[in-house]
Amino acid sequence: MKNGSIITIESLIKSFPIGGGEFTALNGISLNFEKGEFSGIVGPSGSGKTTLLNILGSLDSPTKGQTIVLGTASDQMSPRVAAMLRKKHIGFIFQTYNLMPVYTVFENVEFPLLLLKTPAAERKKAVLEALEWVGLTDKIKSKPPQLSGGESQRVAIARAMVKKPDLVLADEPTANLDAENSHHILQTMEKLNKELQTTFVFATHDEKVIGYLRRIIRLEDGKVVSDENIKK
Amino acid sequence: MIAFKLAYKNLIGAGLRTLLIVFVLSLAYVLIIYMNGIYQGWDRQARIETIAWEVAEGQYWQSEYDPYDAMTLTDAHAPVPAALEASASEGKAVPILITQATIYPEGRMMGAMLKGIDTRQKILSIPTNILDPDSEEITAIVGTRLAKSAGLEIGDYLLVRWRDVHGTFDASDVKIAGIFKTAVPAVDQGQVWIPLTTLQKLTGMPGEASLVVVDKSPGEGVTISGWDFKGHDFLFKALEEMIKTKTVGGSVFYLIILALALLAIFDTQVLSIFRRQREIGTYIAMGMTRKQVVGIFTVEGGMHAILAVMLGALYGFPLLLWTTKTGIKMPEGTDDFGMAAAEHMYPYYSLALIIGTIVLVMIATTIVSYMPSRKISKMNPNDAIRGKII
Ligand SMILES: Nc1ncnc2c1ncn2[C@@H]1O[C@H](COP(=O)(O)OP(=O)(O)OP(=O)(O)O)[C@@H](O)[C@H]1O
Ligand SMILES: [Mg+2]
Repeated sequence: MKNGSIITIESLIKSFPIGGGEFTALNGISLNFEKGEFSGIVGPSGSGKTTLLNILGSLDSPTKGQTIVLGTASDQMSPRVAAMLRKKHIGFIFQTYNLMPVYTVFENVEFPLLLLKTPAAERKKAVLEALEWVGLTDKIKSKPPQLSGGESQRVAIARAMVKKPDLVLADEPTANLDAENSHHILQTMEKLNKELQTTFVFATHDEKVIGYLRRIIRLEDGKVVSDENIKK
Repeated sequence: MIAFKLAYKNLIGAGLRTLLIVFVLSLAYVLIIYMNGIYQGWDRQARIETIAWEVAEGQYWQSEYDPYDAMTLTDAHAPVPAALEASASEGKAVPILITQATIYPEGRMMGAMLKGIDTRQKILSIPTNILDPDSEEITAIVGTRLAKSAGLEIGDYLLVRWRDVHGTFDASDVKIAGIFKTAVPAVDQGQVWIPLTTLQKLTGMPGEASLVVVDKSPGEGVTISGWDFKGHDFLFKALEEMIKTKTVGGSVFYLIILALALLAIFDTQVLSIFRRQREIGTYIAMGMTRKQVVGIFTVEGGMHAILAVMLGALYGFPLLLWTTKTGIKMPEGTDDFGMAAAEHMYPYYSLALIIGTIVLVMIATTIVSYMPSRKISKMNPNDAIRGKII
């Protein structure tokens, strides 16, 4: 593990049982992510982006090979340890926002802190701060069904960021958004990446997202075909 | 704590559906408590009345005496034991002599029991003070049921025929000196009460009785030869059996209501787990363990029972309280079962009944909430997040 690297993957293979045989979704991937990166896994549909992202987020485990996510190796990753890791250090942003419809914006953002048993006063402060980052302080009492897609995704960003995680994984975060909203949330994430040194890893095939990335990892048929850093 | 808050929010969010389930479930609570309250109240009332009118704290039966076998009556008499006679003179024991008789009201013929009762008694509610053992005429009292079926009124004369100790028939008119109202049919239907000494004379059984009612049960090991003590355990056995049968019959009704509510909860759980896969996946992505998520959904289903307690208390408490005040009018003929039944039955809701019912319904609700939730622990979070299952 290099200094400052937060994820290391070596010779990762992930296959799924289908029918009688197996389908190999990721085939021999070795990658290294460092703190503060703003990177993306890019590739056509079915290339394995989501599968890879889920393994990075310890939602799934490799079939073969090794991963070390935030200091925990895949062979030591019990479901409990994985849950703890996600709870403390990893934030997720989904294509479909996945907000809890019965909760207000405030309560949605507060949720990860409740899981962490953060004291109430501290919680309130952190939630308001996170909502300020995404520019939604005027919507704290709204519920998700009353929000636009762009607003919903900003709430999801605030929810992922409120605990100041080391790593944020965003799977097609702009797929349901128009251009204006896409740029807005990407700028928000870029800003948070710079201010808080949070590592962002995207999975996307959206050109708008690709335009913001400082590292592009191209995936095809479960294999890395290119990995380039972009000077900005 | 999160689980409860979340469950509460989700239930409120589900609105009408929750309200309906909670209402039906609250109905189950109230009905279970109400129905069992009736039986408990009936049981209590029947015991209290039966103690007051018939059995007091127990009865000594002459060893031949068997109320279910009329043939034994001819031999079921013996001199009242000295120990019992002593308390009888203070009114604390009631010797009763029983003989089979035939009565002829309005020219009809009816079978009856002619019972001689010690008029000094102070422990049974039968108004024996009306009876006059020293009068020329034979004074008798009967209950309202017999009075009605035989068309008797106070002051009427009734022809009674009986056998004496030698088996010889004898007959006489008795004067109805009083008619009493009782909830205990056993001292009313077909029972003609006359003074003990009078019946002893008529039958030629001086100083004898068939049974002696007492105001306290004898201590362990105290026996009187030729007499068997029958305590409450024995005397109420038939009553208990009857209550049990009725309770089982009555429970079918509320068990159906309860089953309906549980089915609705089960259904809601299955549906919400299916519809909320994304939410489930999101919880897992945010670092909850599957067990915790199963917990959230179980609490959510189980919370129906908590809300139902509140709603049930809201309308059930005043309703049930009202029934304890006004009682419930018993349908005519209820006491034909031979069970003591007053015109109004006062349900009795014990704390044990209320708490027991709440605990029972909560456990049942939690189980039906848990069963579908177990499915969560088999879900693949990746699929769940995208709502891809099924
Ligand atoms: N649980 C699974 N069981 C079987 N096959 C799977 C499973 N998950 C993913 N796959 C397969 O693995 C391949 C990669 O899937 P993945 O979802 O990672 O693609 P993707 O690059 O994210 O695609 P998209 O851009 O459409 O989201 C696909 O062919 C998919 O069908
Ligand atoms: Mg994908």
